[in-house]
Amino acid sequence: MRTMTSSSSPGISLKQEGISYLAGANLPCVIVNVVRGGPGLGNIAPSQCDYFQATKGGGHGDYRLIVLGPSTVPEAGELTMLAFELADQYRIPVMILADGLLGQMMEPVELPDPIDPASLPVKEWATTGAKGRAPNVILSFEMDPEGLQQINNDLQAKYQTITENELRYEETDTEDADIVIAAYGTIGRICKSVVRMARAEGIKVGLFRPITLWPFPYEPLKALSERVDTVLSVEMSAGQMWEDVRLAVAERAKTPFYGETGGVVPTPRSILNEVKKHVR
Amino acid sequence: MSVNLDNMVKVFERPQSLTNAKSTYCPGCHHGILTRIIGNVLDELDIADRTVGIAPVGCSVFAYLWYKVDSQQVPHGRASAVATGIKRARPELIVFSYQGDGDFASIGTAESIHAANRGENITVIFVNNQIYGMTGGEMAPTTLVGQKTTTSPEGRDPSQVGYPIRFSEMIATLEAPTYVTRQALFDTKHIMDATKAIKKAFQNQVDGKGYSLVEVLSTCPTNWRMSPVQSNKHVAETVTKVFPLGDLIDRG
Repeated sequence: MRTMTSSSSPGISLKQEGISYLAGANLPCVIVNVVRGGPGLGNIAPSQCDYFQATKGGGHGDYRLIVLGPSTVPEAGELTMLAFELADQYRIPVMILADGLLGQMMEPVELPDPIDPASLPVKEWATTGAKGRAPNVILSFEMDPEGLQQINNDLQAKYQTITENELRYEETDTEDADIVIAAYGTIGRICKSVVRMARAEGIKVGLFRPITLWPFPYEPLKALSERVDTVLSVEMSAGQMWEDVRLAVAERAKTPFYGETGGVVPTPRSILNEVKKHVR
Repeated sequence: MSVNLDNMVKVFERPQSLTNAKSTYCPGCHHGILTRIIGNVLDELDIADRTVGIAPVGCSVFAYLWYKVDSQQVPHGRASAVATGIKRARPELIVFSYQGDGDFASIGTAESIHAANRGENITVIFVNNQIYGMTGGEMAPTTLVGQKTTTSPEGRDPSQVGYPIRFSEMIATLEAPTYVTRQALFDTKHIMDATKAIKKAFQNQVDGKGYSLVEVLSTCPTNWRMSPVQSNKHVAETVTKVFPLGDLIDRG
């Protein structure tokens, strides 16, 4: 048995109670958020304004989700398969953080062979009826503070293991770059065009595209920032992933930001103009 | 005088489906009686090893401790929704939710009504004691007019907070539910009636007949500030006038 749910920003806000309980009860689940413009009812245009909610919490309690940011429809397919695997492997909710552009796009996808559900490992902890065994209880509840602290310690240990094993990111043309754009999802894809356009004009631009938004690839970006002058963050938000970029880069390079909000999608041309502002 | 134990007949014992975990309920509260009734029904129908119980938030948050069945403790009010998910994923399981009035009839209103309206093949035990017991005796949607609670110290004033909600009657207006009944536990006759109703509510699910709801009027001596005996009398003489006993729907 595998489970998933999906919605778009305001609906995901409603689901936050359940997501916190999933995290607290160590339950695997895949959650798709096709992000739209906010806050409040906002609109139904593409946005990346739920990055904080997805990667820093959203619901109550000290928990994390694995957050995957696909940039194309084929990659969304691959990451959805991966999301189910990671959810089961670590018994953790996994969020696929898409956006309204990706959510309404049609592209050819090569689907892998389907998995026979019967071939999956049996979930010994599931509530399937206590026939011939002690009862299983699924809960996120512990009245004893030290007991709950131990549960939190176990969660943090799991998050550490995931951070060590599951970082995913993509670098494009970063070897000789003076400027690196940091962008994920749809904007990560658009910025690949920007890299091509800039290089055609002789500007040495590269792209750093986080695929796991949590765990965020701090160390690879830190290493990259040693070699470049500028790491330009581009997002469809007021600068949310930008905070993680600045944590990774610190003072090693300049960290400007360019973003659009409310459903406005930056064009390759507007991003290229922004890049040019930071070329020596 | 020696007693030959071999000749003794055991006439009363703990239901096989219950654990011997220590109760967290107050003296005179009906949760204990109700837990035992459900344990007996699980035994009689021989379904404990394929049953999943849903524990709510409130006094019965520890419900997963009492039954030797697989259990889930779920967010406040969402028990009927989680029961729906389990039953649909594994129709061979017998799924029951155990919910108080604050859980079922207030924060869980949407989940409760829609599970009933979909006719989910689950068994819902709805314990109505007209108060939030665990958190210190606050006013519930079911609190009687004039009833004093910590948040209605002058008594419930319907001009400000409305009237006690008859949730089972609301559910009984729907077409999908199979069995909706209100029972009580204040004397032996009513305990026997409630036992029959709960058995029927589980049997309906075993037979695939659909949604069954048993509302059980319960006491809260601690927060009502009454003795257990006074509490039973209060249910019999006062509460049942607002929440009349009996079957509301029986389409089984």
